[in-house]
Amino acid sequence: MAPSARQVVITGLGAVTPLGVGARTLHERWAAGSCGIVGGEGACADFEPSEFLSVKEVRRLDRFSQFAIVAAQEALVQAGWNEGLPYDSVRVGCVIGTGIGGIQTVIEQHNVLREKGAKMVSPLGIPQLMANAATAAVSMRHGLQGQAYGVVSACSGGAHAIGSAMRMIQYGDADAVVAGGAEAALTAFASASFAAMQALSPTGTCRPFDARRDGFVMGEGAGVLVLEEAEAARARGAKILGEAAGYGSTSDAFHLTAPEPSGRPAARAIELALHDAGLEPEGIDYVNAHGTSTPLNDAAETSALKLALGDERAHQIPVSSTKSAIGHLLGAAGAVEAVATVETLSTGVIPPTLGYEMPDPELDLDYVPGEARPLIARNGGPPAAISNSFAFGGHNVALVLRGEKR
Amino acid sequence: MATAQAQQVEARVIDALASFGPDKSQITRESTFEELDIDSLDLVELAQIVEDEYGVVLKGEDMKELKTVGDAIDLIASRAG
Repeated sequence: MAPSARQVVITGLGAVTPLGVGARTLHERWAAGSCGIVGGEGACADFEPSEFLSVKEVRRLDRFSQFAIVAAQEALVQAGWNEGLPYDSVRVGCVIGTGIGGIQTVIEQHNVLREKGAKMVSPLGIPQLMANAATAAVSMRHGLQGQAYGVVSACSGGAHAIGSAMRMIQYGDADAVVAGGAEAALTAFASASFAAMQALSPTGTCRPFDARRDGFVMGEGAGVLVLEEAEAARARGAKILGEAAGYGSTSDAFHLTAPEPSGRPAARAIELALHDAGLEPEGIDYVNAHGTSTPLNDAAETSALKLALGDERAHQIPVSSTKSAIGHLLGAAGAVEAVATVETLSTGVIPPTLGYEMPDPELDLDYVPGEARPLIARNGGPPAAISNSFAFGGHNVALVLRGEKR
Repeated sequence: MATAQAQQVEARVIDALASFGPDKSQITRESTFEELDIDSLDLVELAQIVEDEYGVVLKGEDMKELKTVGDAIDLIASRAG
């Protein structure tokens, strides 16, 4: 990173996940060993939109946008933005990623088309299903008038959104960006489609890196972060939760769904993110893995970590998967996992990879089995972590997040 | 005096509008769509309900003229009759 580059700090976190509403709730429950996966899926079963949204908002928003609004509200309140924006509204952007967008609206309105005819298809269909609907909703609710768009890269969408937001601030196009990811794809159609490609766990269990892993478990939810230019945030007296220090992204250019097995392109994304953060592998204290629980991902990710961090260092760093507690939130995953990573850095508690019991002889990193453990910052300074996201299509993203010195 | 049909249309329109967001107690014949925060998308949905239930086809140009809840009720009742 050029020395003149503007630094990006994190001032707000929000999450809606199968473990409940709240960023802190996600981390605390995961660290305590709670699992939000029930009956083979990670549903936000207790989420009641009318508790958070007006009648009009509930009617006009697909579930993925509802999650985004609620996660954004939490993040903005934590950032101290509830009394109004601390910046010129045109200098505040919004980037929310998604894998699919409003798939439930697509299905509902397609049913209306078939059963009642074209004339009865709702005028709200397109504005609900469009992949940028969550971004539009968050932007409108909070009057964010800077650059706002959706990011679409399957399971890397949330991480790409954060990376794009970092660049927007660093380039000087914005002083702050509300960034994240949202997904609500728990439908029979999506399950059947993922199952047909043999990506979904036939046993409905998520145990990343375990020898018995047999596929991912779909989840739903949203994660949102408030990112601000560091000097502006400090000048307004904001409480800084951490730093979005590095971003790296590559593509496998290999296969529609399978990861490049050597892990080299994914490793390159991690190396780019480290370089962007100005860190060596020695400066990384924790890895929040993509860790989907598919045989191919977990093997390729393990290889990528060894390539990027060096074999010796890779074996020393604790690696755990949020998906073991909430399932795979697709386009929300990268954002929710970034939220969990910042919470890990700020609380100093590394949650475990739940369900990891039987080591795979090929996968020999420290996957944090069993229980949560203390995060040890090796350099005595603020701890730093990598959060990985890899997507169908071969899109790789690594984020380097740094905590505040505790 | 409103006919039974007009009264029935009025009740249905107010129910439909209330389902779009505004509090039902706020909706009177004199309420403007603007003050109820009923926009063009809501009016299209209202037109779909009316066509489905009364067979009355409301076109875009019909809807554009409507300013108050009473305007909509009168137009629908006159065509449904």
